[in-house]
Order: sequence, then structure tokens, then C-alpha cells
Amino acid sequence: MNMNSIFKSSTDDNSRQADSGNASSKLRMQHMNLYYGSFHAVKDITLQVNTSSITAIIGPSGCGKSSMLRVFNRMNDLIPGASVDGLVEFDGINIYEPGVDVVELRKRIGMVFQKPNPFPMSIYDNVAFGPRRHGIRNRRALDEIVEKSLMQAALWDEVKDKLGQSGLSISGGQQQRLCIARVLAVEPEVILMDEPCSALDPIATLKIEDLMRTLSETYTIVIVTHNMQQAARVSDMTAFLMVDDGHSGVLVEYGPTSEVFTNPRDKRTEDYITGRFG
Amino acid sequence: MAFFNSSPATGAGSSLKGRPRWGERIIEKVIFLNGVLAIIVLLGVLFILLRQGLPALVETPIHEFLFGTRWYPVSEPPTFGISSFFVATLWVAGISTLLAVPVGVGAAIYLAEVAPKKVADVVKSLVELLSGFPSVVMGFIGLVLLSPWVRELFNLNTGLTGLTAGIMLSMMSLPIIVSVSEDALRAVPDEFKQAAYGLGSTRWEVIWHVSVPSALSGISAAVMLGVSRAIGETMTVLMVAGGALAMPVSPVDPMTPMTAAIASGIGNAVQGGPQYQALFAIGLILFVMTLFVNLIAARVLEVQKRKFARE
Repeated sequence: MNMNSIFKSSTDDNSRQADSGNASSKLRMQHMNLYYGSFHAVKDITLQVNTSSITAIIGPSGCGKSSMLRVFNRMNDLIPGASVDGLVEFDGINIYEPGVDVVELRKRIGMVFQKPNPFPMSIYDNVAFGPRRHGIRNRRALDEIVEKSLMQAALWDEVKDKLGQSGLSISGGQQQRLCIARVLAVEPEVILMDEPCSALDPIATLKIEDLMRTLSETYTIVIVTHNMQQAARVSDMTAFLMVDDGHSGVLVEYGPTSEVFTNPRDKRTEDYITGRFG
Repeated sequence: MAFFNSSPATGAGSSLKGRPRWGERIIEKVIFLNGVLAIIVLLGVLFILLRQGLPALVETPIHEFLFGTRWYPVSEPPTFGISSFFVATLWVAGISTLLAVPVGVGAAIYLAEVAPKKVADVVKSLVELLSGFPSVVMGFIGLVLLSPWVRELFNLNTGLTGLTAGIMLSMMSLPIIVSVSEDALRAVPDEFKQAAYGLGSTRWEVIWHVSVPSALSGISAAVMLGVSRAIGETMTVLMVAGGALAMPVSPVDPMTPMTAAIASGIGNAVQGGPQYQALFAIGLILFVMTLFVNLIAARVLEVQKRKFARE
């Protein structure tokens, strides 16, 4: 299903098998700038995200973390006036090139949002939503996808007896795992997570973090988080963003999480992670 | 009030003493009376309808009243069968609904999901302007513009038919359908749409599989409000429905819906006489019909609200 190219018409595919195993870059930004109208929201970002890893984006409120995350699956397209320049690559393809199919792109780069947002429909229908949109109608095939996705999201045991109940009837932590299952059902290659635990209690948060570690064996995960301990706990790589004098987000430091947290190169990173501001 | 009297350990006490707030109390009472007044008016209307209308339903057994086809109010003895009025109401309201719902819901989807904000604002205020037209003006438009057209199109003797009335009514129930459906669509949380886009849905898929189903109870409420408008509208149908008393068998027959029957009959009826009471009985039935439809609409809106309330 996800073997199609993100290009609207071409047939050559950039399959997952070709990339998995080696630590090649899955996502790459080079001199990426994001504007909302005339406001320069994120300035000159260059970084690359490796396959099957967890990359955390941290930084104080309003520094453009979420905006930057949404550049990867072009969710900013939905905001009138938003524009991106520079190079943003997914599997070596510039996703802002004309002819890129945004729908196909978002199928392969899934997203989990800050607030759990299951659809007001049954748990089953929530998970089956993506596959159905992409043409799977066969009941048995859907059953399989739903079960597999809920298992992967570590939610199956808790909801298997109430798949027909509303997705809004379960707890917040369960809802967020349902949202993850919903993304997994589309079989993406990358999962973007925008502060996925900020609305959850500590126990639910730990569950999601465990889940992320498990998922990172198969998926490339980029997570925006407010919680520095969370970044330190789960991520392989950490990017630290801050606002400059013009209120634009800039990348201060990017490197392996262990280094960023124990031996930051930049004074500002050190100040932030030691809690001197933010 | 206990809060004001209990003195906390830290307070000196005197400044927290309860003090009568007369202005506050008077306003509370006035608001309360307003609420009671609304109920009194509603019950009063119901009471008058029952008092004037029930005797007719005793005189003519209710099934004969409802299903009888003969309406001879001044014969001796008079016969009151309203089924042709009832069928006319069904025709007219049905045609109106059939026309107004697809157009109205489509327009609401356009306004809420597709149109740029500026366009949406202008179109919405124009649609709402449509609801401000006095019904007699709509009747006049139907009489002068629409009925000749209907007459020619169907090759009829008269262009004053149920269809003509239905078309005019559809325009009159359009605004409420558009604005209530649009509100329902706008109330669909953006997070749902974001989630759907994030899963690789197209704009149309988001509209059709997320926005519309999430707003469905609000949209059905809008439809029902439109229906009750179509059932209750009087002046326009009086002017353009044709006014024939015979049982309408086709939508292009002239006919007299229940509201028009009341309006055209009440001037000639002797106050307190059998015809007068029969007309009130029609009013009672109309009241029950629209009450029923509105109750369903209210119930459905309630469900919509609860759907989005988390936990």
C-alpha cells in the first residue's frame, strides 16, 4: 500500500526495504525557512533524521517546534499564508516540489496530535478510517488491520471487547494510543508526534513512551516535546530550538541525545536543559 | 450564602458579613418572571386551542375528522373531514423539503468548508436576508413570477398549485437549513479534520467522512426546523397553492394546506360555531405536528452536543 510513490503520476517506488537496516537519512531539511505571511516563523533549519530512530525537538514555548514538525508532512499547507522555502526531503525526494501528492505523502508520514483526537465514531471505525479511505473495503482485511494496529499500539487487550464503543468513551491515555493505532493502520514510514503526552497523566505518558521505543524499531519517529526528561528518556537524537531576536525559531543545537543533555556545545542549550529559562 | 456567614480562621470577620444585595435580587426575580411568562404564554395558547378545538373533535370523531375527505362546514348538518388539507400539507411540505434540503445542506457545506471567509460572510448574510422577506412578498413573487412558469411548463389551467407553493416554501425554509447546518459543520472540532488530513485524506474525504457525519445530528435538526417552517407557513401557501378543496392527487393540483384552510375559513366562521371550532381543531393538529417535529429537532441537537462533550 505504501509502496506507491508520493509523486502523483510516476510509478517508481522508494520502498522501505531499500532503506531499512542502514542508518540512512529518512528526512532531511536544508536551509529550510517557514513563513506565515510575512512572519518568519522558523529560520534556516538544516538537519537530518535517521531511519528507525527517535528524534526529539525541544525548546521553549512559541519557538516553532510544532510548526517545524508540520513541515515534514505539509500540514502547514492547511494554514492560509504559510510558505516554505529551502530543501525538505523525504527518502531523497523534495516534498515541496511541484507534482508531489500531499495525500500520498501524509499516508507515508503519519501524525499524532497534542490532544487525543479520536473521531466521534467507534474504536473500530477510528482505526479503519485510514485504510477505508485508501480503498480497503473487505471486512476481513479491515478486521486484521484493526487488530494488528491496536496490538502494535498496545491497546488491543484493553479494548478488544468494546470495539463498537465510541472512541471518545475511553480514557485520555487510551484515546492517544487509539490515535497512534489509527496512524499505524495506514502503515506509514514516519510518525510525527506533536507533544503527544502533554494532555496525559504520568502513567499514561510512560505507556506512550514505552510504545514509542517499541515502534522505533520499525518506524522513524519525530517527536516535539515540552518535557525535557521525556526527550532524554526516549530519543536518540535531540534538536534544540529557540527564538532569535526577530522571534523566529532557529536551531541552536542538534546531536545525539546523550551528548546534548550531558555535554551541550552551546551555552543556551545548557541553560535551557538545566532549567535556567524556558 | 453560607460562604458569607462562615468566618474563616484568618479573617477579622466584620468585612465578610453578609449584606443584602437588593439590585441583584430584583434582577434575579425579573429574569425568573420572564422565564415563567414564556411558559404561561405557551400554555395559554395550548389551552385556547384545546378549549376551542376539542369540542369539534368530540362532535366529529377524531378518525372521521382526520381521514374524512368531505369538508362542508356550512351544510346542515356540517361535515368536517380534513384529509385533503392534510394531504395538501404533506405535498407542499414534502416538495419544499425535497428541494430545500439538498440545496441548503450543499450551501452549508460550501460556506463552512470550502468558501473563503469573505465570500462565506457575504453569502451567509444574503441567505439570512432571504429569511427576512415578509411571507406575503414571497407569495406575491410566487403569484407573479413562478405560477405562470409552472402553468406553461406543465400545461395547466392554473399555475397556482401545490408545486408552486412548495417551491416558494423551499426558498423560505432555505435560510434556516443553511444557517443551522453551517453552525453544526463549523462546530466540528478542527482536530478531527486535522487528524483526517494527517491520515492522507483528500479535502472531499474530510468533508464527506468526517465533517458531515460529525455534524449529522445538527444537520438533521436543521432539516426538521425547515420542515416545521414549511408546515406552518400560511400566507404564501394561501396565495399560491390554489385553494381547491378536493383531495389533491398530483403535486400540480391546486390544493389547500391546513394553514391555508384555517386562514381562509376563519373570516366566515361564526365565533364559537361548529366551523370555528373545527378550524381550531385543525390548528391544534398543526400545533401537535410542529411541536413534534421541533421536539425531535431539539432532541437531535442535544445528541449532537453530547457527542462532542468529552467524558
